[in-house]
Amino acid sequence: MAEKGEAQTPTEYIAHHLTNLKFGQFPDGSWGFASSAEEAGQMGFWSVHVDSLAWAVGLGLVFLLLFWLAARRATAGVPGMFQSAIEAIVEFVDTTTKDIFPHKNPWVAPMGLTILIWVFLMNLMDLVPVALVPWVFARLGVDYMKIVPTTDINVTLGIALGVFLMIIYYSFKRKGPGGFLAELAFHPFPKFAAPVNFILESVTLLAKPLSLALRLFGNLYAGEMIFMLIALLYTASIALFLLGGVLQILWALFHILVIVLQAFIFMVLSTVYIAQAYEVPEEDGH
Amino acid sequence: MDINFTLVGLTVAFVVFILICRAYVWPPLINAMRARQERIAHGLENAEKAEEALAKSNADAEVLLRDARAEGQRIIEQARAQATMVVDDAKEQAREEGERRLTAARAEITQEINRARESLRQEVAYLAVVGASRILSSEIDRRKHAAMLENLVREL
Repeated sequence: MAEKGEAQTPTEYIAHHLTNLKFGQFPDGSWGFASSAEEAGQMGFWSVHVDSLAWAVGLGLVFLLLFWLAARRATAGVPGMFQSAIEAIVEFVDTTTKDIFPHKNPWVAPMGLTILIWVFLMNLMDLVPVALVPWVFARLGVDYMKIVPTTDINVTLGIALGVFLMIIYYSFKRKGPGGFLAELAFHPFPKFAAPVNFILESVTLLAKPLSLALRLFGNLYAGEMIFMLIALLYTASIALFLLGGVLQILWALFHILVIVLQAFIFMVLSTVYIAQAYEVPEEDGH
Repeated sequence: MDINFTLVGLTVAFVVFILICRAYVWPPLINAMRARQERIAHGLENAEKAEEALAKSNADAEVLLRDARAEGQRIIEQARAQATMVVDDAKEQAREEGERRLTAARAEITQEINRARESLRQEVAYLAVVGASRILSSEIDRRKHAAMLENLVREL
């Protein structure tokens, strides 16, 4: 860290900024925060990225609070500015969901809204200058702080897992266990190839949450990485400092697109997957 | 890649957020929006109806006004005619009255003349009788000579 008077190499800088604040069990059996990447690596599954979790839940609560404030005062009368903005988003989610998902289900649209705004807010943290918040937290004695939850595979995979559970639930509900199994086993080849079908279809099924998680993670991780590389330019020379400034602005502008688009894609694909789970073979002649 | 318990935490958080969103956020917003949509649709419909009603009542008012104006004109004409008639009547009556009075006055004058003539005649007869009696120095008995006096008077 700069305040410790040690010069960081670019590799150290990047590695540091890519390390989560991790709480877990050390090899010696005691619990605590990992103070280095090696310690973090030894913690295994029963550990928590405290920063990802806290920022994700915090931003989720921001989303709920914002929309709840609008919902609390929602009337059929003339809406104010804030009310109109919130309603525009709700209307957008409602029409998008209805286009993709023609069935009656009271959960899909709220799910879409939750994904869109929550993921958007988490992505939005990417536009906060990369070193600013970690620097503040370092001053407060917290060594690691990743503030963009969607650059953590656990976060994107966690949300995708939620969508996956909904896919499984609705597949069972609409088709019954037998119907769901039949869908997995008797397709795309005839019944005699059931084991092959089952493997193929299982991969297809698992690819849904995985692709959701990896797409979002990949986009945001890469974006964050490029912000870090740009940040490295600042310390090199005056010319590179200026170049870095220009690049940062350009990349941030481009990233505004990316973060909205990725949130939207996550919402749309989740809705599409649940709509697919809703499809009963008799209805559309599989 | 470091998969750990954060994953489960996020799944739980996601599910809880959806539950809260479904319970407290989505329904009030979407219901208010639907209600407003309905209200605006109603309002527009009503406005259209009101516009139609306004156009209709404007046309009605136009017709009523035109009728009223014509009626007024008619009444004025009638009144004017009646007034002319009344004036004419009054004139006629006045004229007739005048004539009547004139005739009466004339008759009275004639009567007066006749009466004066008659009294004059009698006066003259009387004077004549007096004169004659004076001349004849003998009294003429009025009663004896009534017939002769009557004759005299008539001849005068």
